[in-house]
Order: sequence, then C-alpha cells, then structure tokens
Amino acid sequence: MSNTDFSSQNGAGGPPYANGPSQNPVALQPPGPGYMAHQTPYNPMQAKGPMPPGPGLYNSGPYQPIPPVSSNQALPGQPMLKRPPMGPQHSMTPPQSASPNPGSRIPPAHATPPPVSANNYQHAPAWQYGGTPPMGAPPSMGAPPPMAMPPLRPVGNHMTSSPSLATPQASSAEYRATPPVFHNAMQPLGPPTSLQGYTQQGSAPLLMNPMAAPHSYQPVMRAPYGGPPPSVRPTPPTTGPPMGNASPPLGPKTDAGPLPPQQPGPPTRHMGLSYPSLPPGYQNTSAPPNAATMQHPVQPSTQPYSHPPPYQQLSAGPAQLSPSLSGLSLQSQTPEALRVVNLLQERNLLPLGPVTPPTPCLPQDLQKINCHPEVFRSTLTSIPQTQSLLNKAKLPLGLLLHPFKDLSQLPVVTSSTIVRCRSCRTYINPFVTFLDQRRWKCNLCYRVNDVPEEFMYNPVSRSYGEPHKRPEVQNATLEFIAPSEYMLRPPQPAVYLIVLDVSHNAVETGYLDVVCQSLLENINALPGDSRTKIGFITFDSTIHFYNLQEGLSQPQMLIVSDIEDIFLPTPDSLLVNLNECKELVQDLLRSLPQMFGKTMETQCALGPALQAAFKLLSATGGRVSVFQTQLPSLGVGALKSREDPNQRASAKDIQHLSPATDFYKKLALDCSGQQVAVDLFLLSSQYCDLASLGCISRYSAGSVYYYPSYHQQHNPAGVECFQKDLKRYLTRKIGFEAVMRIRCSKGLSIHTFHGNFFVRSTDLLSLPNVNPDAGFAVQMSIEENLVDMQSVSFQAALLYTSSKGERRIRVHTMCLPVVNSLSDIFAGADVQAITCLLASMAVDRSVTASLSDARDAMTNASIDSLTSFRTSVLTIQQPGLLAPACLRLFPLYILALLKQKAFRTGTSTRLDDRVFAMCQLKYQPLAYVMLMIHPALYRVDDLTDEGALNVSERTIPQPRVQQLSVEKLSRDGAFLMDAGSVIYLWIGRNCNPNFLTQVLGLPNYAAVPLNMNMLPELDTAESQRTRAFVGWLREQRPFFPILHVIRDESPLKASFLQNMIEDRTESALSYYEFLLHIQQQVSK
Amino acid sequence: MEAAVFILSLVDCCALIFLAVYFIITLSDLECDYINARACCSKLNRWVVPELVGQALATVLMLVSLHWFVFLLNLPVATWNMYRVWKVPMGNMGVFDPTEIHNRGQLKSHMKESMIKLGFHLLCFFIYLYSSVCV
Repeated sequence: MSNTDFSSQNGAGGPPYANGPSQNPVALQPPGPGYMAHQTPYNPMQAKGPMPPGPGLYNSGPYQPIPPVSSNQALPGQPMLKRPPMGPQHSMTPPQSASPNPGSRIPPAHATPPPVSANNYQHAPAWQYGGTPPMGAPPSMGAPPPMAMPPLRPVGNHMTSSPSLATPQASSAEYRATPPVFHNAMQPLGPPTSLQGYTQQGSAPLLMNPMAAPHSYQPVMRAPYGGPPPSVRPTPPTTGPPMGNASPPLGPKTDAGPLPPQQPGPPTRHMGLSYPSLPPGYQNTSAPPNAATMQHPVQPSTQPYSHPPPYQQLSAGPAQLSPSLSGLSLQSQTPEALRVVNLLQERNLLPLGPVTPPTPCLPQDLQKINCHPEVFRSTLTSIPQTQSLLNKAKLPLGLLLHPFKDLSQLPVVTSSTIVRCRSCRTYINPFVTFLDQRRWKCNLCYRVNDVPEEFMYNPVSRSYGEPHKRPEVQNATLEFIAPSEYMLRPPQPAVYLIVLDVSHNAVETGYLDVVCQSLLENINALPGDSRTKIGFITFDSTIHFYNLQEGLSQPQMLIVSDIEDIFLPTPDSLLVNLNECKELVQDLLRSLPQMFGKTMETQCALGPALQAAFKLLSATGGRVSVFQTQLPSLGVGALKSREDPNQRASAKDIQHLSPATDFYKKLALDCSGQQVAVDLFLLSSQYCDLASLGCISRYSAGSVYYYPSYHQQHNPAGVECFQKDLKRYLTRKIGFEAVMRIRCSKGLSIHTFHGNFFVRSTDLLSLPNVNPDAGFAVQMSIEENLVDMQSVSFQAALLYTSSKGERRIRVHTMCLPVVNSLSDIFAGADVQAITCLLASMAVDRSVTASLSDARDAMTNASIDSLTSFRTSVLTIQQPGLLAPACLRLFPLYILALLKQKAFRTGTSTRLDDRVFAMCQLKYQPLAYVMLMIHPALYRVDDLTDEGALNVSERTIPQPRVQQLSVEKLSRDGAFLMDAGSVIYLWIGRNCNPNFLTQVLGLPNYAAVPLNMNMLPELDTAESQRTRAFVGWLREQRPFFPILHVIRDESPLKASFLQNMIEDRTESALSYYEFLLHIQQQVSK
Repeated sequence: MEAAVFILSLVDCCALIFLAVYFIITLSDLECDYINARACCSKLNRWVVPELVGQALATVLMLVSLHWFVFLLNLPVATWNMYRVWKVPMGNMGVFDPTEIHNRGQLKSHMKESMIKLGFHLLCFFIYLYSSVCV
C-alpha cells in the first residue's frame, strides 16, 4: 500500500516536477492551473485507486490499513484531527469512521481499513515506545519499497539538466507501470509480515524481557493472530535472547523441527553456543529467500544510486514469502536490530548486499511519506526523550544531509504564498496536524496557524477545502518557486570565473590542455541562461586578466604586476556574457595552452589572484574555479612547506593539520559575504599545504579536488580521472546565493555543523554556491526533555537561485519517533550514519586537539556504546563481545576509520593526502564516505547473471560483498575492490586463464602490465559482464574512480592491501585483535 | 599610596565590568541573530587584548602593593586570559572565530565565561571599594 502511495507521489508527481530547476516546464507555468494540469497523475486518489484488493488483505496486517486512511488528510473535517506520528492512532481512526464526509475524500476501499487499525491502536497509550518494535516491523517491510522507488528512475540524474528533460509522458508512464508491480509485491508481503510480527510478539510475553513490559498492548494486538503458524516458534529465540532469559532453552528445540536449517542458528547464537559453525541465518547463503527478506529492510539507502537492487529483491522477497518461510522474515523486523550478536564468534557480519538504514518506527502512513534516507538521515532513528538518556546510550545524535542531491522526481510547487508557521517559519509539511480545515498546528513549535484561503484550493484534485491533500502536505521533499519576498536583490546570473596557475610547474604538468579542452567541449553545457557570464584570470608571479569584450578581434591580455595592491585593469570587460562573446572565449581557450608553453616563471601568487577574483565577482557573486599546482610563494597568502617527509611514518603525532595562516579563511568569509564560492583543484606532485589552501573552499562552500602526482605523460590514469571529474563539475547543476536553514522541533538544537559552508547564525548556513555532490552533517543536542512528544521533526530548507535565475526553495522534512528506553534507542541506531558522524567529529578533533586524541575518541565511542548496551539493555550477561545486530558492524567501521588515510598512523601518508581525506569525510555524502571508509570487495572472475540487475537494458551482475581480509583472496581468482575514489582489480597468480583472456585480453598472468587502467572492450560475455559491473559502480557516484589492475608485483599492491581492513599490519590491529581490545575494555 | 592603588584598581575594575557586560550583550545579540558571526567576532576580538591588559594591570598593582590575597585572587583570571590568547591556532582569526563560534557549544561557553568574569569583577569591585574606604 505504502508503495503505491509513495509511487504516486514520487512517480506521478515526478514527471511534471522533474528536478532540473531550469528546464522544468512546471516552473514556467502559472501557479494554479498549470500545476494542476501536470499533476493529475499525481493525485493521491488515483494512486490509491489500484489498491482495492488491499483492505481484504489487511485484516491480517493491522498496520497496513492505517497508512492510507490515517494520514491526516482523511480528517480535514475533524477538529480532533491530531496527527502525531506515534501515539494518536485512536484519534485518527475514530474520526474516519465518524467522519462526516468520509466518502468524499476516501475511496470506499480505504474506508474499511480504519476500523481495523482502530482496534489495534486503541492500545496506543501503552505502546508509546514499546510499540515501536511491532510498528517498526511493518514499516521495515513496507518502507524499503518507497526508498527503492526513486532509484528506479534516477537514470540520468548526474547530468545537471538531463533529468528534467525526461518528458512528462515518459515518466508518468513509468509511474503507472510501477504501481502494479508494487501491488503484487507488497500485498502478499504485508500480511505475512505483520503476522509474524505478532506471532513473534505473542511468544514474547513468555519471556520476561525488558522490552515486553512496555508493550502491554502486545497481547491484545496479537490476539487476532492467535494461531501462530509453525513459524512462530523460531521467533521466540530471536526476541528472547536480546532481552530474555527463560525462553532460550525452549526456543532452540522447538525451532529445530519446523524451521529451515538456518533458523536454529539464531537461537544457538543467543545461547552462547559456538556459532562459527552456524553462521547467522541471514548471512547464510544457503537460503536465498531468507536472505532476500533479510536484506531489504536494511538495504535501500546506503547506496544512493544502487537502489534498484534492493527494490528488486524486495519484490522478489515478498513473493517468496510463503507461509513456511514467513518465519524467516521475523529477523527482518525491528527486534532483529536488537538481536544479540557475539562479535568474537561471528565472523561473517557483512550483509549480502549494501547495508541499509533502519526504518524509523513510525506509523506506516507517516513513514511512507518520510524523507528519503539518502537525503536526510539521522544517526538514531529513534530520538531519546532526554539528554541524559542520550548520554547513557553513548551514541552520537546527529543528522546527515544531502540536500541538493540530484533527484529524478521532485515535486515543484508554484504558488504566490508559501505557507509557513508564523512563529518559527517552518514550511508546511506532511507532518503538521490539521486541527480542522482552517487551522494547522506546526510540528516544530506547536503553534496553531491559519490555513490561508489560497491553500484551501487543491490544484491536484481541483477541489476546494482539502488543504491536507495539497502537494506540500503530501511530500516530505519538494521545491517551491519563491516569490519576490525571498529575494534581497534580483536573482544573480550564473557567473563563472576560471583562475589558472600558469607558472612553469603548472605548464609542466600539462593540465592547461585538459582544462581548456573540457571547457571548450562543455561550454554549451554550462548551466545558465542568456545572462551567463564568464571570465578568466591566469597567474604566475603576476596576475593576467583577459579582456573579452565584444568587438575585439582577439582576446586581450592585461598584466597586473603590482601584486601587493591588486586592482582590476578594466572592471567592465573582464567578465563577459558567455553567449555574446562565445567566439572570443573559444579563441582564448584554444590559445591559452600555447601561450605559456615557454614560461620560465616559477613563482606563484595565488593569494593576489584570489583577491583579484574576489574583486571581480563581488558585485554579482558566482563561482571561482581555481587550478593550482604548487605552494603559493608570492604576495599575501604565501605559504611555506611544513611537511617533513621523513617524519611521516614515525611521528608520534601528526602536526600541521590546521591552517598556517588566516588569510584564506578571511578571504573565504569575504567571498561568502559577496556570494562568491571558490572551488579548488589541486594538481600537484609536492606538498601544497591543502590544510591552509582548503580553507578558501571550506568556508565559501566550494569543493576541493585533489590529484596527487598529476602529470600528463606520467600519470595517464590521473588525467582521465581529472577529465571526467571536470566534465561533471562543469555540467552539474548549481545553485547560487544559497542559504540553508535546519530547523528542528522545540527542545532539540544544533550543536555542531560539519561540511563546507559558513555558519551565519545558529541554524543558518550560508552557501554562496550549492552543488549536488555536497553533503552536510550536524550534531544535535537535546536541550529540553521531549517528554510529551511522540515524534520530532527536522526540516532543512535550502533557498537558492537556480542557474536560470529563478529563486527556489527546496524543503526536506523528516519525522522521527521519540522513545524513552535505551533498548529502543539501540534498536534504531543507524550504524553507517553514526560512523560518518563520528568521522566528521574525529576530523574536528584531530584539528583542534590531536590525531591521537581523535583516534582514541573513536575507539572509545565503540567501547562506550557497547558497554552501555551490555550494562543497560542486556539482562543476561554472557561471555563474549555482545552487540545488537544493528550495531554489529560498528567495531568494524571504527577499525576501518582508524586505518583510513585520514586517521591512520604508522604508515607513510602524505600530509596533503591525509588532509584531503579529512575534507572528504566532512564534505562527501554518506554513501561515498562509507565506501572510502570500508571499501567493498567482490570476486569477479566468476561473475554470473544470477541475481543480476537490469538497468536500462544492461545486465549488471551483483557479486557478493566479501570481507576485507587477505584470507578471502584466492590465488585462482580475480577480485575487485571498490574504494570510492579508486577501484582495484587484483589478479591472482593462478587466475583462471579464461578470465585473463576473455576479460583482460591477455594470454597469461605474466602478461598483465604493471600499469593497467582500462578493461579492453572484448566481445565476450565475461568481458561484458565485468565492464558492465565496473561501469555501473562508476555511474553511482559523481566522481570518477580510476581502475587499477593489480598483480603481485604492482607498485599499487601496497595500497590495495592497506584497504584490507580486517588484517593486521605492522602498525595496526587486526579486526579480531581490535575486538579483543574492545571486549577487554567493555568487560572492565 | 594605598588609597591611590585601590582607586586605580577600582577604575580598572569598572572598565573590566563594562567590558564583560559588553561581551555578554554582543554574544547574546549573536545568539538572537541580531548581528552576524563575522561582525560579532571582529567586535569582540578587538577587546580581547584590552581586557587582558586591564586584568594584568590589576594583578600587577596588587602585587606591587603587596596585597597577596587579592593578588592571588586575580592571578588565575589573568593567567587564563593570556592562555586563551596564546592557544589560538594559527589559522584562526582570534579568540572569537566566526567559523567556529557556532560549533561545539562555543557560543555558550564564551557566554558562561563572560558571566563568570562579570561576577568576579563585581566581587573585586567591592573588595577594592571596601579596601579603599578602610584605608
């Protein structure tokens, strides 16, 4: 159900609103009617239409019914209509049945469910947090599809404008196609799931577990499902162990009979018997169906672009959920998150596919419209009630955002008044409560606001009096076209300034050719409109400006040699309209590489060049792209080399992680004030002091690209990477003069921000430019107890000027439940988000304190949280290192962080490499950060089409993710390691000759060259599969990972092996040793 | 002589009190979003050194006039002020850095610090007043 509905929003809504701000047809249309016209498909009613079969099925699943009906929309007429996500179910349902005119709003089909839900929810008071597990379960099944949905269409989304080009029809067609799929998939799924959830719980009462107590409602809820299918048995063990005592002995025995082989696994595990022999059920490859079910609850969002797989699995999963298997699905439910895992005995912790974020335990109707986890993700999907509770859990609370992500479907609303809360200025969102048709209650500050007249009219259904059905209230992510109140000045044009280093060193690397060539190729693809402006500055020991004014026969170079007091020679003609002067610009780009071919100037005055750039752009704002190849040596901002290469490996602590001067920071703040962002491309072979130079981008919301040892001849792989990155950089979407405000429910406040921007006031980030590849993180603290709240909301609103000169606001809202027990907090922990947030915090710590401090802090974070879990959540103390299943990867990720370039010690790491890794940890969105922390290893010599994905008519094999240990490598195989910005293909010495000939096109192992960066395009099935897989991995990220083919003698073998995180190195612990260390600390 | 020392300290103390109040007002302006971080920090950084000097002056005055108790009372504050300036990282724009002030609860800790200083200066004020009257 949820799926359909979601699809309706996402899919149907999508076409008209495809996200390219510029080309979006809707945007250009008059507010009301145009909007409607496009939206027809979007109509929720329609979407729900296909659902009729639903109600019948729902009887078994208490949760399913709720979603359609309970959403506040149903209740417009109801004064009582409260919509708190968690508790208020009773209030919702009664209104519906009693609702004066239910028919008008709710299709009959939907009307039925409410009663069901009503029954279930009557008990809500008791539930509160306890309710979460049961609730969670269904969402967890249901939710993935919604998440999975977007990925289905993302296809073109890397290119700035391409997504929006998708024709409305196409996407709507797509949309229509989708619902059926979901129905099939989901409906069978629903009932069994919920059933199990209940049965499971039913058995729970037997166990006196801490969890059970709060769930006083459980018995009641279960009653309807009383007759537990055979599968019931398995459950007790699962639930039991985490909390339980008495049952475990019982569990295993009972299970053993009816259950598939894996089932016994979990119970035994809990009992503390030897597991190694019995891998956990979900990891067991032997039971594919099980695996499928297991996977997807957790899967969807880790890999932003990889959704299709989870989705497919999902659809497969439900189908396979025959009654006999239903028991297995238990594991996927919330209690699964708390299943105790003894890390010391369980070796194989990695899930089969990508790790997926937990689903917040919200009523399904709210969850299905909740913000997509790729865009907005919280480290704890259940928010603790008080700060002291949070402190007890020892887990960081924070949000990870990717607000300007390229979305394939984005509803865009044009309206003259944007409805916002009058006191806190929150944008109206799906989680507000409509008290009646005329009033809504803000979900952040709880102020009651009036619904403006205009909002009463719903363009979607062309009806009046249904404010709750407006797209603003149906979508957690949407974009407004802002009226003039949101402009301080007329929207600025797109302005690009290219600043190039042309000293001897720079010319030597040959990068000018690549930059000029890329610009020439993409000059028409630069985002912008007829007002787009462009300018060029080059610098060595002097600053060169280029007069490109219309009418000149050729570009005119103006040299300013007074770098102490920089001035603009001809202020008007240095920045020119790209369309009017395209010829001159192209001339310049063609001649530029030759112009400096013979230069002997080695000095480089970056500081003055940046000042000049700032002066040039300060009137309009815009983007400065700086290409720099060496340490700036002249004028203001000159730097000295601070790195002693001999100390790299031996130094006790890493020095010089903080900037050497405040010049770049000050200039960045000036830039930020004038809406200028500086992007830094560092192409160097020696030390460049990125720690100091990086500030210019960091505080002006730019991005940093770093290509170590860049050279045209000596490093062709680096050149290719630079070319690809540059293409993406030049053509991706861009937002100018942006600000982002992150609001959160009363009681919560933002503690610290991570990312590239300037924090202008407590919750306002100033972003002179915003690009779709930027991620942000914030740490939250709980200032007031959230005692009376069932849920809290977070809203990120990004106000920007699109490259077409439109002012737009992109709003994301996320709603999360509030809980008051430690076990619920742990159950909702999102291990990847926690890892990323910890990484950002550790970067800060290593700059303000020291690297060793940061390393200790990370280790302690894992020790503390596991200690807290052991002492406060577990009732039985067993030997071993126990972690809840949702945090089972936590120690591994922490170890991976300790071995990451940014934080590792003992190995020789160049300071710039380290600082760049730190920048990336703070600035990249979660999915890419995770790959950089914990690369994925696949065996690729035996790729098959089994379980493969189909993306736009290509078949992409999906090999299993292997553990990062040399033990997994076998000499007769070939392994692919995807480390985010680089991909290694390791060829074993006895590698299958078939693979060598068919994929690499080489006769034997000895013929593998030491430097190989390409897979030849051979016309064999193996080659096609491998290339499809590598290509698919590359497509999923906005930067271009180089492929290195590696054999034993390759120089890069060391860096490949350094990524083998679970192994021991001279200076770092192996995974097992690390676990022992943690265990020692935990049991102290 | 004694009286002169205390009256001078009294004046110095008044100045420090004003300064502490100014810090508090400016910080709370920032908290309420009346001024932006950049302006706030540049305003405050201007007064960090004068504050340090004022505090050092009071401390030295007490030392030369051999008022050990008051000297020891003042010494930690003066030391803290110097330590604070000394430990500012090279890349920062002073004790108050606009890019950091909203992070890690710095705003709050600055506020707390100013409050404590205000209390301390008020205490000193009455000590000086009492001493100068007694003399």
